[in-house]
Amino acid sequence: MSDAHVDVKVRDFARQVAEEFGEERMYACFECGQCAACCPVHRVNAEFSPRKIIHMVLLGMMDEVLDSRLIWLCSTCYTCQETCPQGIKVTDLIIAIRNMAYERGSFPDGIKRQADLISAEGRLYSLDEFDQKKRQKANLPPVLSRVEEAVKLLEDRK
Amino acid sequence: MRYALFLGCTIPARSRNYEMSARAVAEKLGIELLDIEDFSCCGFPLKSSDRASAGLLAARNLALAEERGVPIVTLCSSCNSMLAETAHHLSHSDEDLHLVNEQLQKVGREYKGNTTVKHFARVLLEDVGIDRIKENLVQDLNEIPIATHYGCHYIKPTEIYPGGENPDHPDSLDQLLEAVGARAVTHGMERDCCGGPVLVTDEQTALAMAKQKLDKVKASGAKAMTLVCPFCSVMYDDNQKSIEAQFDVSYQIPVLYLPQVIGLALGLDRKVLGLNLNVVKTKAFTEQILSEQG
Repeated sequence: MSDAHVDVKVRDFARQVAEEFGEERMYACFECGQCAACCPVHRVNAEFSPRKIIHMVLLGMMDEVLDSRLIWLCSTCYTCQETCPQGIKVTDLIIAIRNMAYERGSFPDGIKRQADLISAEGRLYSLDEFDQKKRQKANLPPVLSRVEEAVKLLEDRK
Repeated sequence: MRYALFLGCTIPARSRNYEMSARAVAEKLGIELLDIEDFSCCGFPLKSSDRASAGLLAARNLALAEERGVPIVTLCSSCNSMLAETAHHLSHSDEDLHLVNEQLQKVGREYKGNTTVKHFARVLLEDVGIDRIKENLVQDLNEIPIATHYGCHYIKPTEIYPGGENPDHPDSLDQLLEAVGARAVTHGMERDCCGGPVLVTDEQTALAMAKQKLDKVKASGAKAMTLVCPFCSVMYDDNQKSIEAQFDVSYQIPVLYLPQVIGLALGLDRKVLGLNLNVVKTKAFTEQILSEQG
């Protein structure tokens, strides 16, 4: 009985991830560990490992993946993606998983802050009068503090 | 050589030294930079939360350059990858191009799929060329040893940079340093990530990543480090002091943007290059260059 239960979970979450990502190559992972071996984050913080994330997805560990801080430790450097012998786009896959986590409300504060700032102004740092003066002094052209069209484009989204 | 200069968010607010030096070098070398006031965030910081929105912002920026018929040049490596990735993707998927244009219609824009995106360093190497740079040299850098930091999004993912460099053996920055008379020092971690993107989620991990490279650069005997991205600069320049304090080490390695180094060789003034705005003092470094001249 319990085995069947695991199977259903595996199918569901791994498939959801594959669908969100738009390709199924992750199923080809044979656990060689190249991704972890070359990962610059793994080198200083063994808690993080791209291999671990992929394996957890394939095992259907939805809550453990989506609610963990692990997925947010990836620096998106693309080293693993360039190295994977099975051609899995590991970095892009992790970004897709982050999108799923974000959608269910599980994210670090900083990520949400960035998203909110950009939705509000169309830019990450809106330039205040002080910044504009500094730019003027250095003979640099003015930069818009708020980009209306970008704000409008993001309006319907979260 | 005419390009739309894509500054992104970080550079105009926090890295004026990068912008000032790039503009000054561009002018010296005959690169015409067009400013498009309407550019927004590239989209990169939205990627982790909502990559469809990130791509949409990128596509709008590509459309603005397309309307003016100019390629985009970026200074920030993250902007470069976000825009290049979107341009690459939309030129390979009519379906997604169509979907993006349905959204862009809301603001009266359309992207036809023709904009190309290049990082400033690649423009120097490929479009200006080593010969032209050499013709303009004024100041001998006397083979002063400088460590390169390539970082990630400047070269990766390689699929979005057709004709780009080998991610295992990048050499564009080395070539440019040597072209202007400096010596590119090997330290073994030229390609490694600065840790910047992890700063927002785990500062300790990010600083530990940056520390590893600063250790190597220090040991290499380099008199400075050079890079091409404002996020990498935050890690090595802005955060160098906190890393020194936290790990009880001492570096005092000046961190210069590539156009600042090139600008020195072109005879541009320290102030014009914004060298007084770097966090780790650059004065001793530039004085060494000038004194060896005499």
